[in-house]
Amino acid sequence: MTITFRNETFRDDFTFRNSLYNIRRFPFPFDRDEYMYSVNMEPHVRGKKDSVFENLIDVDEHYVAEMQDRAIVLKEDPLRCQALPHMMTAQWDTLELLMEHQARDYPEHFTLTKNGDRWRWINRPLGIDDTFTFGDPSTLPYPPMEYITRQAQGDFCIVDQRDNNLWMDAGMVTTQADWSLDFDIGMNFMEWHGPVPLAHQIGVFDRALKFLLNLQQGKPTRRLNWTMTVNPRLDTSPENYHKWGPDRTTVTPENVGDKMHLRVELQSLWRLPRSNAILFVIRCYLISLNELVTVPKWGRRLPRVLKSLPPEIVDYKGLTRNRPIMIDWLAKYDDGAPTSAGIHPD
Amino acid sequence: MLVQGIKSRPEYKGLSIDPHAKRHLFVLEGEGAAALANQVELKGRDFLAQSEILYLAAGAAPKAYDITLTALSPDIFWQAPTLQPLLFRLRACLEQARMGTRLYIAGTEGFIGQVMQLALEFGIDFNSIHTEHRGSTARRVQCVHCKGITDNVTTSPFACTHCGLPLLVRDHYSRRLGAFQGVNIDAEEPGTAPPPEEMFP
Repeated sequence: MTITFRNETFRDDFTFRNSLYNIRRFPFPFDRDEYMYSVNMEPHVRGKKDSVFENLIDVDEHYVAEMQDRAIVLKEDPLRCQALPHMMTAQWDTLELLMEHQARDYPEHFTLTKNGDRWRWINRPLGIDDTFTFGDPSTLPYPPMEYITRQAQGDFCIVDQRDNNLWMDAGMVTTQADWSLDFDIGMNFMEWHGPVPLAHQIGVFDRALKFLLNLQQGKPTRRLNWTMTVNPRLDTSPENYHKWGPDRTTVTPENVGDKMHLRVELQSLWRLPRSNAILFVIRCYLISLNELVTVPKWGRRLPRVLKSLPPEIVDYKGLTRNRPIMIDWLAKYDDGAPTSAGIHPD
Repeated sequence: MLVQGIKSRPEYKGLSIDPHAKRHLFVLEGEGAAALANQVELKGRDFLAQSEILYLAAGAAPKAYDITLTALSPDIFWQAPTLQPLLFRLRACLEQARMGTRLYIAGTEGFIGQVMQLALEFGIDFNSIHTEHRGSTARRVQCVHCKGITDNVTTSPFACTHCGLPLLVRDHYSRRLGAFQGVNIDAEEPGTAPPPEEMFP
């Protein structure tokens, strides 16, 4: 299927919108009417047609605009993309994985031709046609991870595995929910999750680490995570918190449906073949409350979920200030009818 | 906001002379001198003939630990006037260091962090380095916004010495930067920062 890419922005005038088709494929993260932390890992396998799970590396109508926004972020702050020197093999693994998936699932838009180590990559939406030697960084205009992640939606971290731990040793991080790659690079799994409340104590990270150390090649895994963001802003980095933080004070009962966005991360984890590192893809999806309530099931469920949240989670996700406004506004979409199980629209 | 047991914070387990080391390299700041003196009391003086001590008196100058350390008669004792020449000298030591050299660092957290940074640059496994926290609990903090580092931070919030934003000192530590993270405390409503509170004396 040929995707029509939107011309839109994630900053300043915020012209980002979802088409009707894209609203229905949004990865709504709540499979029931309440939310609590859980180890919600499942195999990352192909799911329903016309859902974000249809392909394992999802490309959607926001592709071109997201890549333009990433380029703007990198011009302002090149430290959003970093790799420690021992990660070069894992960088090539990442380039191969992303090129192969995009070319296989979106042949109208991407073509990969291999002639031994001589590869030709065509990216039609971005007007790229490059021939390079796989394994030779000097034949690409950027290092391999940066090259391909300037052409793939989502944030990317490559974690090295050694000493029975995982190490955040490379990444392209421009659409993050308030964490800093520049600060965290080089940390191990427990260290980079240091600031997360509650979860350490209930053993979530011990179990997750054990699970990931045994991740097998060809069997990627995934989970959904969520938060909420005022305005469809991709770059909610701590680096720029003093620039986007004031947005949180601009929400009113009149504009909440337009301004408040549910922000969902589809996180997928892939064992890489040569380096034995793990590629951690954090793909961000945004939807305004106005768009979200066009799906009646989600309009009923979201206010119920927001009411059920424990105070620690309200605080950690930065919802304290605007939760009451959202719940009041959403109330008219909840007629009290029961909701069906699962995340998909009825 | 401050919690005990930060997962990203290094553990300073204390100096303990490695009996198998062929050479001992001590990098000490201020009260850190007492950490070595304690080891001499506990373990005897034998290791001193294979020891090199780099010392920075810093705030502990009035206590004249340099005299105490000289009196131990190590193979080499060298005193730096400030941190920069100490790190310069340490670089030379590490460039010439041989297999079997053990590195020991004692002093304030900011000092340990910066010496550790240099050691990591030379490929030393951080788990193999002996560290002991002595002296003030002041923190070295990196502003996440302008990336400028402020040393000897004793309050939270504090004003970044580079960009001026009032920063909350988070309980999140980067070994690579040798610093805690500082995040603008009144980003949502500028001008509403609470007064600084003495937290790291």
